[in-house]
Amino acid sequence: MNNTIKFEIDGKIIEAEKGQTIVEAAQANGIYIPTLCNFSGVKPKGCCRMCTIKINNKFMTACTTPVADGMEVENNTEEITDIRKSIIELLFVSGNHFCPACEKSGNCELQALAYRYQMMVPRFPFLFPQKGVDASSPKIVKDQNRCISCKRCIKTIEDEKGRKYFAYKNRGNKLEVVLDEEMAKTMTDEIAQLAMENCPVGSILRKEIGYIQPIGTRKYDKKPIGSEIEV
Amino acid sequence: MKQKINQIISDYGADRNRLMDILLDIHDVQGYVDKEDIKLLSESLGISTAEVNETVSFYHFFSDKPRAKFNIYLNNGITAHMSGRQAVKEALEHACGINFGQVSDDGMFGLFDTSCIGMNDQDPAALINDVVFTHLTPYRVEKLISGLREGKELKEVIYESYGDGHNADPDVQSMVYNHIRKGSILLNKDYERFEVLKKELAKYSPQDVIQTIEDSNLRGRGGAGFPTGMKWRFGRLVDGEHRIIICNADEGEPGTFKDRVMLTEFPDLVFEGMVIAAYATGADIGLVYLRYEYKYLLKYLNKILAEMRKQNLLGKSINGVKDFNFDIRIQLGAGAYVCGEESALIESLEGKRGEPRDKPPFPVEKGYRELPTIVNNVETLASAVRILKNGAEWYSSFGTKDSTGTKLLSISGDCKFPGIYEVEWGTSITEVLEMCGADDVQAIQVGGPSGMLIGPRDFDNLTSSELMKWYKPSGMMVAEKFFDRKLSYSDLPTGGSMIIFNNDRELLRDVVMNFMDFFIEESCGSCSTCRNLPFIMKKKLEKILNGHGVRQDIDDLLSWGKTLKVSRCGLGQTAGNPILTSILNFRHLYEQHVQAMADYDNLFDITKSVEAANKFVGRKTEFHQSN
Amino acid sequence: MVKKVIATTSLAGCFGCHMSLLDIDERILDLIELVEFNKSPIDDIKKFTKRVDIGIIEGGCCNSENVEVLKYFRENCDVLVSLGECAIMGGLPALRNGIPIEECIQEAYIDGPTVQLNSKKILPNDPELPMLLDNVYPCHEIVKIDYFLPGCPPRADLIWDALVALITGKEMDLPYEVVKFD
Repeated sequence: MNNTIKFEIDGKIIEAEKGQTIVEAAQANGIYIPTLCNFSGVKPKGCCRMCTIKINNKFMTACTTPVADGMEVENNTEEITDIRKSIIELLFVSGNHFCPACEKSGNCELQALAYRYQMMVPRFPFLFPQKGVDASSPKIVKDQNRCISCKRCIKTIEDEKGRKYFAYKNRGNKLEVVLDEEMAKTMTDEIAQLAMENCPVGSILRKEIGYIQPIGTRKYDKKPIGSEIEV
Repeated sequence: MKQKINQIISDYGADRNRLMDILLDIHDVQGYVDKEDIKLLSESLGISTAEVNETVSFYHFFSDKPRAKFNIYLNNGITAHMSGRQAVKEALEHACGINFGQVSDDGMFGLFDTSCIGMNDQDPAALINDVVFTHLTPYRVEKLISGLREGKELKEVIYESYGDGHNADPDVQSMVYNHIRKGSILLNKDYERFEVLKKELAKYSPQDVIQTIEDSNLRGRGGAGFPTGMKWRFGRLVDGEHRIIICNADEGEPGTFKDRVMLTEFPDLVFEGMVIAAYATGADIGLVYLRYEYKYLLKYLNKILAEMRKQNLLGKSINGVKDFNFDIRIQLGAGAYVCGEESALIESLEGKRGEPRDKPPFPVEKGYRELPTIVNNVETLASAVRILKNGAEWYSSFGTKDSTGTKLLSISGDCKFPGIYEVEWGTSITEVLEMCGADDVQAIQVGGPSGMLIGPRDFDNLTSSELMKWYKPSGMMVAEKFFDRKLSYSDLPTGGSMIIFNNDRELLRDVVMNFMDFFIEESCGSCSTCRNLPFIMKKKLEKILNGHGVRQDIDDLLSWGKTLKVSRCGLGQTAGNPILTSILNFRHLYEQHVQAMADYDNLFDITKSVEAANKFVGRKTEFHQSN
Repeated sequence: MVKKVIATTSLAGCFGCHMSLLDIDERILDLIELVEFNKSPIDDIKKFTKRVDIGIIEGGCCNSENVEVLKYFRENCDVLVSLGECAIMGGLPALRNGIPIEECIQEAYIDGPTVQLNSKKILPNDPELPMLLDNVYPCHEIVKIDYFLPGCPPRADLIWDALVALITGKEMDLPYEVVKFD
């Protein structure tokens, strides 16, 4: 049985495998659809809404929507670009993102998206919410000021029994991602490293190491996020 | 206590999917879950404490701190405010000697706000330890609290006789009134209990049932209007070890209380509808998701299910139909509006926080525990029974061509006869207003806060198709010029809530602000958009109402609201509607507040801003002229 | 060509943005051909002596003097530019936002580990001193700002390109490397 299907992104015809998500198919074809909460290898959950696209005049998330034959996807339109930009701006104003004082600066995906979408100033007022820093774990610091609640740590960081180190707490604009108090005590260096790497922003940082990479050599200093995908 | 909790956990087979029930039971015996309990749950269920806490911290009626002997949850909905909530609130604070959000030192009373509890026709209303108190007044509050202080039981301080109909049933004993003002197909005394199940169903094949429902053009009554027959047909087609029928009785849209009345007066009709749906789709598991606020009906509903089992209308080979096995379990919610969204409801049924799922896959393909799941509204299921009894043609003779049958309207606010009205689709707003005795109407909210406001002044410039591009309402707010519009899926779709506001009401300051608070409180927080934007938009509206607005602020609100439309679920997509639709249709109210001459005002007040520091260091606030 | 008039100031900032302005190297000679400076720390003119075309603001507002200066700039400049993270979002000084101002003062003058010579526990309250605001405010939350140039500091090339664009009225092109927040 033929598993290849064809669909369109912004008028460009694309071949994809059945079962792929739109983000995956786009990537395989050199088209970048921005994502934040999506993480390769785990089930997507459209939390950040960055990959919003339009199909049949309906907004969908490209990370969760499987490709379908003949589908016509709007990706780089003015409307969608503005929505994505406004989402980045929302995330900036709803946290406390002091880039100059953040270790992740230069390697941060939120910041990189702000660069890519040329955010000069958010359209929304800064909220400066009061948030805490949880440094109780011997291995990591969980800084709520920088957390964008993307769920990547929740989805990817588990112990051998499948118990989650991180979970949501509360709801609405009081939502937080918290570290399990018990499991934090026995966290290994490997898990701590993975948690830090999987965090798109500077909300999870390992203790006792920091600022290893000098400015100018970091991931997004020279080339925009997504440029590794684009042809 | 630890032993009791262990017992509860093992009663549910230490099943993580039953965490809601486990937590509900623990709250019944202890009133809250503490850190130690959460640790115990974590060990027994094989999940981390953070994961247990994820569920605990999500639901409004769960607590990780000790609460009081009597926890008073006063409805914070708009109709409560319109009927004297403020005075009741003050009376409660005075009588209990505490503020809202606190528990008294002696542990007797706790005062809390809560979102709409479905008593809009008898507000201000409150839940006290699951018992509903309606029509509260300062006088009644005083009697109530002093009665409880004297050691009386809750049932003893209910100050009147029980409500009408089954509200007086020994298993309900509630002071709630049904207020059925107009019945038709559903609210009809000619209903013979389980008649269709016993006499008619065997005559139909499952396919025939689906065909009949399709022919009747019945559409989902929750508000979205998906064709019910089609949903059943899909459900039947999907393979699964089990198939699930869920009755969505989590009516949380403020202003809606029709399911409350249906489940009080015609629960048998609803359950019968579930059995029919199961027969048609081949489902074997039935679940009713009942909102926590209606817990006072639980015992009574379970009694009816027990009767049905006794009559072999539930269980194995139902009514003698070989291999037709189906049973129903009622799952209580714990206070979360978003769980009315079918996939969030399913997450909640699985013991998790009520976070909507991404679609596709739809519940019909992968729902409860990944099984094919059909979620229907209370009213939809009840309608199906009437259709099977009288035929699709009969049913289609009610209503209009694209919207057949009837609709239960929950009417509240400024009218003489608030209550439930069963009207044919196609009934005009004017007729409805006449029925409920509403004159002097400034605006109507049809379908709850996620609806639309249409204003007389601006309407001429807008076509409804233009409005539709923006809004996917489960309802709308309507003003005068619209009163000849008709309730139907093509014109004015509605989940059934209508709140009427007279000309004395402050639409923005009171109504719109209240609705925004509602969405901020009830967002699950998962989407970056819905987590943050309603709060930011509300702050902007506040700025405008405080006289600091400029014209640009109105345009900002309209443009910011667009970003909410990309949220995952209906709650997020419509969370800006109170502001967006009131701008579209009552724009003059906004323009009255913004400064005509200024093009910039960011609310900064230097005098206020230096106050705290000056006070602390001990100096006077004085400003020099610049230059 | 009539030279455009430029004014600059540093509010709650570190002067790094001004340093970055000087970092345009020899192009500063070209700049002098195109513009004249009015009120600015660069030429030490204290008061506006004429109408200014472009006012450049470094730093956010943490005290009453900042607010006063910012308003003075808004009154006297046709175009205002927020230069750098502090002007745009408060920057590092805004790390104190969310902490009650009383605690900040207490820490700075009484409890801080570097406080050694304040045995009388004096809190500065001379009427000559600027008054502290409850929060550090981005400039555009106090007055209307027309353009924003992010960076800590903004790259010299960004400042140069922006100035040229503002002076000549031509569209500005923004190479990826120049828009950075650190």
